[in-house]
Amino acid sequence: MAIRARVALAVLAVLAGAAALPAPAADPSQKGKRAAAAPAAARAASEDGGELIQAQAPPFSEGIFPCTQCHQKPGDPKRRELVFHEEIQQSFHHDSENRWCLDCHSNANRDMLHLSGGALVPFTESYRLCGQCHGDKYRDWRAGVHGKRVGMWNGKKIYLLCVNCHNPHAPRFKPLKPEPAPVRPQEMKP
Amino acid sequence: MTAPGRSKLPVVQPGAQSRRQFLRTAAGGTAAAALGACGIEDLVRSHIHELSKEDLNRIIARLEKKYSETYGKSVTVATNAAMPGVEFGYGLDLSRCIGCRRCVYACVKENNQSRRNPQIQWIRVLEMEKERGVDLVHADPYYQAELVPRPGHFYMPVQCQQCRHPPCTKVCPVKATWSEPDGIVVIDYDWCIGCRCCTAACPYGARKFNWAEPQLPSEEMNPVTHYLGNRPRMRGVVEKCTFCIQRSRVGRYPACVEICPVGARKFGNLLDPKSEIREVMDRKRVFVFKEDLATEPRFYYFYAT
Repeated sequence: MAIRARVALAVLAVLAGAAALPAPAADPSQKGKRAAAAPAAARAASEDGGELIQAQAPPFSEGIFPCTQCHQKPGDPKRRELVFHEEIQQSFHHDSENRWCLDCHSNANRDMLHLSGGALVPFTESYRLCGQCHGDKYRDWRAGVHGKRVGMWNGKKIYLLCVNCHNPHAPRFKPLKPEPAPVRPQEMKP
Repeated sequence: MTAPGRSKLPVVQPGAQSRRQFLRTAAGGTAAAALGACGIEDLVRSHIHELSKEDLNRIIARLEKKYSETYGKSVTVATNAAMPGVEFGYGLDLSRCIGCRRCVYACVKENNQSRRNPQIQWIRVLEMEKERGVDLVHADPYYQAELVPRPGHFYMPVQCQQCRHPPCTKVCPVKATWSEPDGIVVIDYDWCIGCRCCTAACPYGARKFNWAEPQLPSEEMNPVTHYLGNRPRMRGVVEKCTFCIQRSRVGRYPACVEICPVGARKFGNLLDPKSEIREVMDRKRVFVFKEDLATEPRFYYFYAT
């Protein structure tokens, strides 16, 4: 249910604000790196023929973004238990034995993510980060095989991002309550 | 396969005095007088393929008026034909489906099925045991669960497979059901006589019969309909999945594709090498259900992982 609501929200958000989509303005120093990233999305669009519109990522927990509200300077890069973000630490289940916050979140600029090579990635393009490890899913997703698209099969379509369906801190899809079973014929009244 | 046989059948030539036209004339004098204007023409009209444009428009206008009055909202009945160069194909990722049945109810809502007594659903989700694989004898469509997927189980939704050699259309004694050029197998509910031969012939259980007057609450009725798709049905006719013909023929994804919370459902044009469905067929392990029956479905099950 929560996932459906999130998806619906994301779709609505896109429909409402399609014009405003091309990612919030970022630090000008990152411009070069973001431009280098752009061809990925553009290729996806041309491969399919139709117009592809990126869904808006689900909203952050209230009051948490921008992260630089609190993290103004780089922190201690040593892996450790944190005093803050308990709820994320508790639910963190994404190769948690080997990874921690700064493997994905940039220490230098907390409002950004980073690839393994150090290139910064805005939260709106987090799929590039996911694709580093999950290359097969990334390829399928760009082709429209993994994940979901809504809209027109022969035209304008909205594609959901990894984070629209998967919680990046605990990405395994959560079980859902199913809709009711069908009524058996003998149970139908005349 | 059916084409040569079909062309040899006697076809009513426009202009020639047919039995139907004779009936119409006869009815015009007697029955029409008795029944007034309450649709006697619908009973003696020609097959939809033989209707003139004007006759079809008149029938559609009458249907729209009738439905709008019945459901208290402005109902449209589209008749748009298949798009040229399009053959629809559907992909369902069995490695993703979790059996949540969201598709079943999105379909019911979109396609105006009878809600209860009779309850009609075009999609049936089968729960199967991983140990047994695709084993219909042990498949359960009535599973009840707090949460899905249940451990040790996988789920296989079944709906009309839109066969290239559909057994259902072959057995119809009145040609009330046929394959459209874009591959959708459709039914003219006004032409169906309710013999249920097609229901028996379908190896997928995809065809549903309205044993009683369908129960469709006005407030839940979807007013955007297609003549061969989700317009309201009557008691005594057969219905089934049409790939949401009222949506797919204007370029939209079917309702089940858009609702699926795990993105297991793919839809597109098989003739377009860049479509999502072709991507699935080119790169994934694909199978069709009951392949040995040579029905050649346009509905492909696949495993993305």
